Amino acid sequence: MIRILSVRLLQALLVMLAVTAIAFIMFRFVGDPVAAMVREGATQAEKDALRATLGLDKPLVLQFIEFVGRVLRGDLGTSFRYQQPVASLLMSRLPATLELVIIATVMALAIGIPLGVLCALKPQAVLSRLTQSMTLVGISMPTFVTGLLLILIFAVNLRWLPSSGRGDLVDLGFWQSGFLTASGLKSLILPSITLALFQLTLIMRLVRSEMIDVLSSDYIRFAFARGLPRSYIYGRLALRNALMPVVTVTGLQIGQLIAFAIVTETVFQWPGMGLLFTNAVGYPDVPVLAAYLLFVGFLFVLINMIVDVLYTFIDPRLRTK
Amino acid sequence: MKTYIKTLLAGLAVMVPLATPSLANTLRWSSAGDVISYDPNAQVDSFTQSVQHMVFDPLVRRNNDLVLEPALATSWEVIEPNRWRFKLRQGVKFHEGQPFNADDVVATIQRQIDPGARNRENLSAVVGVEKVDDYTVDLILRGPYPLLLNDLAAIYMMSKSWMEAHDALKPGNNTTGVTTYASNHANGTGAFKLMSYEPDSRSVFAVNENWWDKPQHNLTAVEFRPIASDATRVAALLSGELDMIAPVPLQDIDRISNTEGLKVMENPALREIFLVFSFRPELHTMPGKPNPLLELKVRQALWHAIDVNTIQKRLMRGKSRVSGMLVAPAVTGYDKSIDVPLPYDVDKAKSLLAEAGYPDGFKVQLACPNDRYIADEQICLAIASMWAKVGVQAELSTESKTTYFPRTDKGEFDVFMLGWASLPPMDGYSVLQALLATNDGEFGGSNTNGLSNAKIDELARSASVELDETKRVEMLKEAFRITHDQVLYLPLHQQPVAWAMSNKVDIPQFPDEYVRPWFAQMK
Repeated sequence: MIRILSVRLLQALLVMLAVTAIAFIMFRFVGDPVAAMVREGATQAEKDALRATLGLDKPLVLQFIEFVGRVLRGDLGTSFRYQQPVASLLMSRLPATLELVIIATVMALAIGIPLGVLCALKPQAVLSRLTQSMTLVGISMPTFVTGLLLILIFAVNLRWLPSSGRGDLVDLGFWQSGFLTASGLKSLILPSITLALFQLTLIMRLVRSEMIDVLSSDYIRFAFARGLPRSYIYGRLALRNALMPVVTVTGLQIGQLIAFAIVTETVFQWPGMGLLFTNAVGYPDVPVLAAYLLFVGFLFVLINMIVDVLYTFIDPRLRTK
Repeated sequence: MKTYIKTLLAGLAVMVPLATPSLANTLRWSSAGDVISYDPNAQVDSFTQSVQHMVFDPLVRRNNDLVLEPALATSWEVIEPNRWRFKLRQGVKFHEGQPFNADDVVATIQRQIDPGARNRENLSAVVGVEKVDDYTVDLILRGPYPLLLNDLAAIYMMSKSWMEAHDALKPGNNTTGVTTYASNHANGTGAFKLMSYEPDSRSVFAVNENWWDKPQHNLTAVEFRPIASDATRVAALLSGELDMIAPVPLQDIDRISNTEGLKVMENPALREIFLVFSFRPELHTMPGKPNPLLELKVRQALWHAIDVNTIQKRLMRGKSRVSGMLVAPAVTGYDKSIDVPLPYDVDKAKSLLAEAGYPDGFKVQLACPNDRYIADEQICLAIASMWAKVGVQAELSTESKTTYFPRTDKGEFDVFMLGWASLPPMDGYSVLQALLATNDGEFGGSNTNGLSNAKIDELARSASVELDETKRVEMLKEAFRITHDQVLYLPLHQQPVAWAMSNKVDIPQFPDEYVRPWFAQMK
C-alpha cells in the first residue's frame, strides 16, 4: 500500500514539474508586462529598471530555476497587477468559485438524476423525449452563448434577475458568502445554471444509460419475478448500482468545474479565480497566470490520486504486488 | 453538538453585512477594468487615478474646462527657479476627521518621491519638500521646471496621522508587491468617501457632506462596478442595473442609442493615432539597401496616399477627428495652423515617389495592434490597400498588444501604429520629450525607431527648463511645425470616447476620458 502511494506521489510530482515548465515557457510568449506597466512617456532607463525589478532581465533558464525554487518554498510570487502575493489573491477568490461550483453541482445532480431515471424508465413519454433533445442542445451550446442568452432573457427582457456580480455578501471573516442574502442568492441563479448545464446533461445521459443497463440485468428481472414493489426495485436495487459511475464522474467534474469556470465567471463578472485568470491574460499578469495553471494542475493530480487510491481500496485486483 | 452550536452562533455574531448604498440619486456606473489599488503611489494606471480622484484632492486640479485651478493649495509662487512656495487651504478636513495641513503635504510628497513609489516618475522634478508653517509648504526642484502644476494635478493628498496609524507612510508598489492598509482603504479630502472596496466586484462611495468645495453634483452615492465582458456590461445597462457605462463597445452604440431611456455621448478624446516611421539605415524588408523612408518625399507620398476622410467616415463611423499633428486641441502646444493633414492625392503621391527614385514603389512592413485602439486592425488593412494603389507594398502584421508593444520597443518594425494621449500632464512637452527627441536614455523614451533631429533635441532641452510660458509654448509649436513639415510621424486621427447612460444622468464628458461624478446631475 505504501509502495503504491509513493509511486503515485512520485508520478504526481513529475506531472507537476512538467506543468510548471509548460506554464513558465508558455507565459514567456504571451508578452512582456513592462509595456503595460510603465507610464506614457517613460524613459528607456525607467523601463529597464522595471524589467530588472520584475526579474525579467535574467536568462530564461535562470528565471525558471528561480521560479521552481520559489514554488517549492510555497511562494507563488507577487501579482503584477494587484500588488499582492498570488497565493493570498487566489485564496481570496476561492470562496466565490467554490460557492458557484457547489450550487452548480447540486443543481446538476438534483435535476440530472431524476431526469435520467425518467428517460430510462419511460423512454416514450413526451417529457423524456423533450429532455433527450434538450440535452443535445445543452451539450453542444458553448457556455458563453448560454450565459448571454440567459442574461438577455432574465436580466434584460424580464428583469427578474441581476445580470452580473455576486450581489450583497456577508463577511464571515475567512469567507465572503453570497448564500446569506437575498440578492446574493438571486445573483447565483444564472451563473450556476450556465455552469451546471453541461454537467447536468452529462449526468442525465449517464444515469439513463446505466439504468437501462442495470434494468436488463438478471437480478432485477429476478426481483420482478419475486414480486417486489416497483419503487423498491427502481429506487433501492437499480438506481443505487447505476449511481456508482455517476459518483466518479461527478468527482472528476468538480475539478473540471473549478478549473474551467473561467468563461462563466467572465460572462457574469463573477469575482472568482476564473475572472482573476481572464483579467490576468490581458495584462499580462504572469505570476497569476502561472500560479493558476499550477493550481489547476495540482487539483487534477490530487483528484486523480484520490480516485486511484480509492479504486485500490474498492477493487482488490488493482493491488498489484 | 453543543460546542458545534456555539461555534455556529459565534460565527453568526461576527457576520457583518457589507455596505449597500441607498438608491436615491446613486450613480451606478461600470467600466471594463477595475481599480488596481486605492494607493495613489502604488500604480501608474490612468483609469485607477481617475477613480481615486473621487476620494482624493490634489493641490491643483482641473476644472470642467480642464484648465488648472487651485484645489488644496490656494496660491503659489516661484521663489527661486528650483523652489516653489504653496499656500494651503485652511479648514479642510479628511473624511475621517483629521484636519488638513502642511504636515500632510510633506508626508504625501515624501511618500510620492520615495524610491519605492511605483509612480515616482510622475513627480520626477521634485527632490524635496519643506514645511514653512502650518499652511505653507515649499517644494524643492531638481532645477527650473515649467510643468510642476500639471504634475501636481495628479498627486493626491493623504493624511499623515492616518498613514501613521495604519503603518502606511511608505508607498505601496505593484511591482515589488508592497501592500499597505492604503491599498484597499482610502481617506482623502475629496467629494466622495470610499465606503467599501471589493476587487473586481464593486467600490461604493458616499457623498462627503463636509467637502470644502461647493458641490456641483446632486448625487447621494456612487457605485462603481467593473464588468469585463462587453456584452454583460451592455446588458446591465439595458436591464436598468446600471446608470452609465464608460466606455461603450463600438458595435453596441447604435443599439443603445435606439433604446428608449438611454443615450450615447461621443466626442473626440485626447488620444491621437499615428504611424511611426523607421529612421534606421535599412528596412527589415530590404536588407542591404538604403531605407526609402529617410527621403522626405517618400514620407510625404505615404501621407498623400492615405484617404483619412474615408477612414473617418467608414471605420470610425464619423466620430473621430482627422488630424495633422500629434496633440489634440485641448493639449498645450496645439496649433490650428499646424494641424493640417496632407490632402489625399494619389497622383501627387506617385510623382513624389518617382522623384525620390521609387517609381515602382517598394516593400515595407506595416505593424498594428489588434486590441489596443479603436478599429486598429481595420485601419491598417485600409492603409495597406491605399498604399498598394501607389505601388508601396505593405507587409501587414497585426497582433495583441501584449506582444506588440515589446516588439515596437525593440524597433522590430519599419512602420507601426501608435497612440498618444499626452496624459497626465496634458501638455505637448510629453510628445516632444518622449517621441520626438533622440532616444538617449533621458529623452526619447518612446522614440524607438531611430528618429533624430538636432533642432528638435535643442528645443526639447530648452523647453524642459523654460519658465516663461509664452516662450515655452512657442518652442513646442516650433517642434511640432518641424515634425509636420518633415513628416517625422504620420498623424491619422483623434479617436473618440463613447459613453452610454440613462437619460436620468447628466454628466460632462472629457477628452481625457476621466469620469468625474462630481460634475454629475441625476433626475
